[in-house]
Amino acid sequence: MAATVTTAILIMTGIGLIFGVVLAVAWRFLRVEEDPRLDQLEEMLPGTNCGACGTPGCRAFAQALLNGEAVPASCTVSSPAEIKRIAERLGVDAGSVERRVARLHCGGGKGLAVDAAQYLGLSSCRAAALVNGGGRACNWGCLGLADCEEACTFDAISMNRLNLPEVDPDRCTACNDCVEICPKDLFTLEPVGQPLVVACNSPLTGPDARSGCAVACDACGRCVSDAPEGVLAMKDGLPVVLDPERTTADAIWRCPTGAIQWLSPQTRSQPEKEPAEVS
Amino acid sequence: MMQAVAGFRHGVHPREHKTATNGIAVERMPFVDTYTIPLSQHIGAPSLCLVQPGQLVVRGQMIAAPNGFISTAQHAPVTGEVTAVERRPHPTGDMVETVVIETDPYDDQHIRAVPPNTTDLVQAVQNAGIVGLGGAAFPSHVKLTLPEGKHAEFVIINGCECEPYLTCDHRLMLEQAEDVVDGLRLIMNQLGAEQGYIGIEENKGDAVDMMIDLTLYMEDIHIVPLKVKYPQGAEKMLIDAVLKREVPVGKLPIDIEVVSYNVGSTAAMAQLVKNGIPLVERIVTVTGPAVGKPRNLIVPVGTPIREVLDYCDTDYGSMQQLVLGGPMMGQAQKDLDAPVIKGTSGLLALDECTVARCAELPCIRCGRCLEACPMFLNPSRLAQMVRAGWVEELTGAHQTNCFECGACSYVCPSHIPLVQLMRLGKAMIREEQKKRPA
Repeated sequence: MAATVTTAILIMTGIGLIFGVVLAVAWRFLRVEEDPRLDQLEEMLPGTNCGACGTPGCRAFAQALLNGEAVPASCTVSSPAEIKRIAERLGVDAGSVERRVARLHCGGGKGLAVDAAQYLGLSSCRAAALVNGGGRACNWGCLGLADCEEACTFDAISMNRLNLPEVDPDRCTACNDCVEICPKDLFTLEPVGQPLVVACNSPLTGPDARSGCAVACDACGRCVSDAPEGVLAMKDGLPVVLDPERTTADAIWRCPTGAIQWLSPQTRSQPEKEPAEVS
Repeated sequence: MMQAVAGFRHGVHPREHKTATNGIAVERMPFVDTYTIPLSQHIGAPSLCLVQPGQLVVRGQMIAAPNGFISTAQHAPVTGEVTAVERRPHPTGDMVETVVIETDPYDDQHIRAVPPNTTDLVQAVQNAGIVGLGGAAFPSHVKLTLPEGKHAEFVIINGCECEPYLTCDHRLMLEQAEDVVDGLRLIMNQLGAEQGYIGIEENKGDAVDMMIDLTLYMEDIHIVPLKVKYPQGAEKMLIDAVLKREVPVGKLPIDIEVVSYNVGSTAAMAQLVKNGIPLVERIVTVTGPAVGKPRNLIVPVGTPIREVLDYCDTDYGSMQQLVLGGPMMGQAQKDLDAPVIKGTSGLLALDECTVARCAELPCIRCGRCLEACPMFLNPSRLAQMVRAGWVEELTGAHQTNCFECGACSYVCPSHIPLVQLMRLGKAMIREEQKKRPA
């Protein structure tokens, strides 16, 4: 009995020792040299893996920083102080990246966009969009079922009283999640300092556009003629900002529907002019 | 002698609701003032518009040409004037390029057609704009062309019509039985197929009898009565029931030497060869509790849905939901100005009592959806994966095999919108695949 136990212990110990030696040798000769700063940098990064910097995660971004392929400021989630620490640790310039935020290109909220039918199914914009394009008369507008709010990792999107998603520019890191999730492709990433927003996505013009929504762009072209030359242009029934540097509030004052908005400088999120309620 | 009736495993038995329309002869709908013909009524590239506003067109004239091989032509459903070519509502909910034709009120609307040169049947079918009339609207000529190295042994004509309420295929088989058989013969000749089958659900006994009478002396054409079960009319279920062959995952019926056609498309091909008539109209079942005079109508393609409903005395006040197609797979429609297109098999106007408004409850793991799924999937588990956004797991679980028949949603005692989740899941997989190569 004792002999059996002793043999078992000896065999197991022997196997353990052999594998230990193999591992030790492998560690000695086969290991991959990794920059010790990689782990440190990853520690300093927020660890959200949001992808806003353009790499597939924080570790990949740390590697890109070490390779000099990215500047610390590309991380839109870290605070300026943290970016400064990272830059100091690496001994490079923090660099500067134009801060961008997600902007919604639809103003057709509750009571403004006409409902052609009542949608009763699964409460998800993507599911609703597959059923005859959703219940709204306008086929290009926000369905208001908050897929973007759910997708936002940073709680930057909340549904407002018009049941439209509102982006908090302080929390938004331009990670692109809402842009990808929206079935109507209503979000784009825009420079935070550019307050002129086209709040309509409908290619329809004239009465066709207005019949479906009180805040539809009917492509009258007043904004284009009021804006400084070359700033706005009409394309597929919608104004397009060509020169974000030179936008002025002149463009919005004669808009008959409020489909083009100038965001107030305090919040950069609330429209200055309230859209007219539908009668 | 009792003969075992062929069928498939799993599936559901919804109430049929067919008696309102299946005994009434098909009627031709009078011409209305305006027709809107979308350039995209089929799977594949939209047709190329050949007409301009102001141009006069004759009924049956080609107004849009096929744009590529997987595309088909469109024809003027009436003699009249093209008033616009612009974006108009389409039954998919989208706005698509559409030819608008104002009917000439003084014309006799006689169709002037010449039978085509049948040496190139594929070309003739493509130019006649014939697509699968069962609902998917896949261009018929594509299936008439055998891929390199493939052989078609069997042709199956789908006369199941397993969707509740719909009876358009049933009436067509009774009233155009010869066209169906001739069309089948035509397809068999074109493909060099040895055996032809017409699969008909048993609840259409008169159609079965009529077809058997017609094909009594044809040794290579067989009439197969099928079990009344949903979704018997789905291509894979039909092939399984008729031939006991299974289409492998990710393969097409042609890979197991089978080609299948809807009865409507088959009859349309026979009409084309016999009389040269392109696909300018189709039989549509207009039914449902909110319709005053339910019936089957021959409706020109492009007729606004509102006009068809008006003609059948629809009570708009009690109508709660309008479904294009059958209640199981049909699409709810929000815009009554959209036209009837080639794939529209039925207009189903449901009222308060027939539209389900049940609150969703938690899954109780009863397993009924597993027993219902004809593709042997696990809808309950897949639905959880869709909610969690696990696209890779969905692909691994062969979620794309789901063809959205709706059997799972039909049996779910917790009213979980399973088929909608399946559709969402398939959309998620499609998007993921689009992203990948980049």
